[in-house]
Amino acid sequence: MAEARKWATPVPGQWGFRLRMLGRFCGLFGVALAAFAIVLLIFGKNPIKAYVDLFANTLGSAYGFSEVLVKMIPLTLAAVAVALPARIWLINVGGEGQFHIGALFAAWGALNFGGLPAWLLIPWISFLGFLGGGLWALISGFLRARGWVSETISTLLLNYVAILLMSFFIFGPWKDPESANYPQSAPFAEAAVLPLFFGTRVHMGLFYSLAALIFFHLILSRTRWGLEMRAIGANAEAARRSGIPIGRYIMMLMFIGGGLAGLAGMAEVSAIHGQLRPSLSPGYGYIGFLISWMAMGNALGMMAAAFLLAIITAGGDILQMTLRIPGSVVNILMAIILFVILARKGGGS
Amino acid sequence: MIEPILTGLLVGSIHSGTPLLYATLSEVMSERAGIVNLGLEGIMLMGAVVGFATTALTGNAGLGVLAAALAGGLFNLFFGFLVITRRANQLASGLAMMFCGVGLSALLGVSFVGSKIKGLDEIRIPYLSDLPFAGPMFFNYDILVYLAGPIAVLIWWMLFSTRWGLTLRAVGENPSAAFAAGKNPYFVQYQALFIAGMLGGMAGAHLSIALAKTWQEWMTAGRGFIAVALVIFSKWHPLRAVFGSLLFGGAIALQLQMQAWGVPISPFLLDMLPYLLSLGVLAVWGGARRFEAPGSLGRVFQGTE
Repeated sequence: MAEARKWATPVPGQWGFRLRMLGRFCGLFGVALAAFAIVLLIFGKNPIKAYVDLFANTLGSAYGFSEVLVKMIPLTLAAVAVALPARIWLINVGGEGQFHIGALFAAWGALNFGGLPAWLLIPWISFLGFLGGGLWALISGFLRARGWVSETISTLLLNYVAILLMSFFIFGPWKDPESANYPQSAPFAEAAVLPLFFGTRVHMGLFYSLAALIFFHLILSRTRWGLEMRAIGANAEAARRSGIPIGRYIMMLMFIGGGLAGLAGMAEVSAIHGQLRPSLSPGYGYIGFLISWMAMGNALGMMAAAFLLAIITAGGDILQMTLRIPGSVVNILMAIILFVILARKGGGS
Repeated sequence: MIEPILTGLLVGSIHSGTPLLYATLSEVMSERAGIVNLGLEGIMLMGAVVGFATTALTGNAGLGVLAAALAGGLFNLFFGFLVITRRANQLASGLAMMFCGVGLSALLGVSFVGSKIKGLDEIRIPYLSDLPFAGPMFFNYDILVYLAGPIAVLIWWMLFSTRWGLTLRAVGENPSAAFAAGKNPYFVQYQALFIAGMLGGMAGAHLSIALAKTWQEWMTAGRGFIAVALVIFSKWHPLRAVFGSLLFGGAIALQLQMQAWGVPISPFLLDMLPYLLSLGVLAVWGGARRFEAPGSLGRVFQGTE
């Protein structure tokens, strides 16, 4: 239960505290970068070249920076999707599956209601994306509320099912007959593509992710629900005895969390891909978990962590090209960051 | 007509069930010591890549299995450092180990993608394998399959019939009491994690060296998580794990067989079978079996200060 307490601890709002948090954060990040450099050295890659490539191609140009923003959109949403249920010690590791089901639902809307005008269609597919991800997470929420299956294991298992379900549709019923051998759906109607800004790939999903962060912050600090959630997080037994419906909170928070991850899937499939196709996500759901954990559920912290991990995610493709190493190697860097956080005194427990 | 189908299914369940059994035994071992290891997926991947690389470089599959077991054990000791020495949260640490295993195995295996190995030989047991019906069904497997059952018995014996096993289970139930009885919970947990890591490494090695005979990124495809579900299904008991693994191996085999027969169901839907079966099994049994879990499962022993 020690873990529950930390999640539920209200974070003091003073700037001094925030600066200290930021300083510690940068220190940990530095240690992690150094450790990853050693791994690269062991495998005969030049870590200095890796980092120069990574940062020059992401922060060094306006376009690179815009690409970081593009990655931040799904990452922030996926992080709030984890942080919200985590307030009452729920561990949602199913962001990846919820993301894919959200994309799937949104694609259904985009493919079947393509005739609608954009001002109607975009809210409609956003709603569908939210609904899809939410319902997918609600399965785990329901199983957990009944005390049948731990949400950790069920969300993990459902990730695989979700990706298979999406594959089923793009290899089967929704396969575009004109796409030859490529397993992908027909391109969405123009009206189903989220508007892009400033000639970059930064899209309207940015507002969704900002709104999610603000919603997360306000609901926790300003509402009765936030108070009750804090009560459940601090002491579930006491909260139950004082009449807080814990089961309902479990299902509701899983639904909203999953819905946000689904919204990320919707935004990604609509704005970036414009059609449903395989490998929509380089693991946004899992990285979202990492972000939420790093920030300990603090909204500003999540924005900072999402920024850092967006650089790394965008850098995965860059490392793949310049160092000829598999893109999934950035998983090591993420793991090392998490190790550093976990291994510091009393880390995360 | 029905006979080759049944034989195929049974042989398939034994083949696919073997890595699941090693993985489940691994998880039983660590959970009995009070540690949930979600990093099993990462351990299996490390075992798979190290086993495959060693086999490809030396041409000796036996050496590959040994290397995989050792790699799994060492990898898991680092998990131990996080959750035992640094008292970090077990679930988050496990997931971090999973990330690490995915990335590290991809990096290690990059030059082995596409290479072929001879793999573990199938050992035909003399005379017995010539039996008309049972012969091909039970007596024509690689060494890891034959060893899986005895290892399950060995672990059962170690956990339930030795003083060491008693201590280990005591640590899993109540580390403070074990400490008061003069045992060192940390040391016992490290031992359990090392053995668990070796078993997890062997699970991965069986996938890459004996079954697939190739290396592929993330080739375990969630089997580590299925094993975590199987532990609950088998009530944290090594012998029940044998039946559970065969059942789940059967689900994987059925899906492969149905694809081979050309049953007109999308392979993607069939692939969901093991995951859905895991969920279903947990939903039916999970709630009732919570109380059979080791008492301090997932809790961090805060020491005695």
